[in-house]
Amino acid sequence: MIEGQLLPELNEFTEPFHEFASRGELRIQKCESCGVLRMPPRPMCPACGSTSFVWQLMSGRGRVWSYVVAHPPLLPAYAELAPYVVAIVELEEDPLIRLCGNLVFDSTGPINEVQASDVTIAQEVTAVFPPADDGFVLPAWQITGATQPT
Amino acid sequence: MSWNRVSVVGAGLIKMGELFDQSYEQMARGAFDAAIASVDHGMDPKDIDAVFVATQRGTLWGQEGIGGNTVPSALGLNGVACTRIENACPSGSDAFRVGCMAVASGLHDVVLVIGVEKMRDKSSEEGLLARAAGGHPVYTRGESAPVLFAPFATRHMHDFGTTKEMLASVAVKNHHNGKLDPYAHFQYEVTVEQVLNAPEVCSPLGLLDCCPQTDGAAAVLITTPERAADYTAKPVQVAGIGIATDHPYLHEKDNFVGMSATVGASSRAYEMANLGPTDMDMAEVHDCFTITEILDIEDLGFFEKGKGGIASLEGETALDGSIPINTSGGLLAKGHPIGATGIAQLTECWWQLREEAGDRQVKLRSGNALQHNVGGRGSGVSVVNILTIAE
Repeated sequence: MIEGQLLPELNEFTEPFHEFASRGELRIQKCESCGVLRMPPRPMCPACGSTSFVWQLMSGRGRVWSYVVAHPPLLPAYAELAPYVVAIVELEEDPLIRLCGNLVFDSTGPINEVQASDVTIAQEVTAVFPPADDGFVLPAWQITGATQPT
Repeated sequence: MSWNRVSVVGAGLIKMGELFDQSYEQMARGAFDAAIASVDHGMDPKDIDAVFVATQRGTLWGQEGIGGNTVPSALGLNGVACTRIENACPSGSDAFRVGCMAVASGLHDVVLVIGVEKMRDKSSEEGLLARAAGGHPVYTRGESAPVLFAPFATRHMHDFGTTKEMLASVAVKNHHNGKLDPYAHFQYEVTVEQVLNAPEVCSPLGLLDCCPQTDGAAAVLITTPERAADYTAKPVQVAGIGIATDHPYLHEKDNFVGMSATVGASSRAYEMANLGPTDMDMAEVHDCFTITEILDIEDLGFFEKGKGGIASLEGETALDGSIPINTSGGLLAKGHPIGATGIAQLTECWWQLREEAGDRQVKLRSGNALQHNVGGRGSGVSVVNILTIAE
């Protein structure tokens, strides 16, 4: 939990993502008509236009697609944690579904523990769900495995 | 044979910078006066029958609900047709595209396309960062411009061996050109070492890999080729125009080493102009960050994918290189007053094709120049305009 961190403004489509995350589940919107996964959550399937969907459980496994290191000036809640790594992760189930998040060595670890030198493109990572005082969970990515060929 | 149904007969801009002493309308007036003054045989402002205003942050900087109408009012053009174009970082180049459509269709005869942007009157905390903080509900909270482009740099370096020195060479070259441009925001040289040692912003991008926030305005005057003869014996023709879009969210793009919107926009413009990248004598491209210029010069077809970094390092994009890029100093040195940026780039192309670019003048071979913007959460839309003096 980061004191004063930016939290998403929730709506009926995004709130379930975080509710599932607070239960330790990574679920992604899946179109009930054509089966295409979509992220970020939104009312309508970009592939077929259907508005019916389910929240599909993901394995939580993914690979680092790219990453950056954040430096000040940053918002106050983040400035004292910098520099820290932010990664974009492609999911095992569909490499075109990419999520953005912090990298950690374990689910309770601080976001600035992982250095840029610890990260490589295509490194295997797993979704973790850091505990939060107010019950609001932003998934992070735990470094788990070797770097796979891209 | 190029399209050539619209002629550019005037162009001008104001000195870019932090213009706290000028209002939005004053900046517009400066650019308009410069464009009118550039018309070889003179132009009566009453000849203008439509204005397209490009301002990208109108809804943020106090122009909300006005639709650009303070501009003709402040220019003595009250009553004229006026529409504001807001299309991310290509707002200016898209306003030019729309102006060309208006002329080519016969709906309007003489059109002013003017870009005006106030970037500095509000602090970053109130302005761009506030917008970033209020981004998409889930995954783009806190997403500022460096955050959008730095992952491309990381990935390009990984896939092609692009180095930070190669990125730095873009900043060095553009600052060199900016020093030669009296309209540039920054008019000083930087060294590779200064770029590499600058404070980090969003690694691998440091401070001098980033363009500044700049106030500015630029204007061009366009008309039909027939009418152009009234204004100048040296008109520049519009050879081709292209626009293309891509998913606005980073995590939906199909790759991080190029921008498909740029590829789409340029291929359409080249096809319309019946020209290719090797026909261009110079180009003004969207270098909001050093990595962006490297992506651009590959996506526009000047260099093979993955070779843009080494080409920059080896001087291929310098004023005397095989394809001079950003002779004006680019966004990195001239500045990026968003709505004005594309029109300022077109002004540079116009000067270059008329051989009026002073110490920055490139050698003309084919008589064609390309202007490019990309933006919209990084790369959601791109516009390419090709100008020509070739018969």
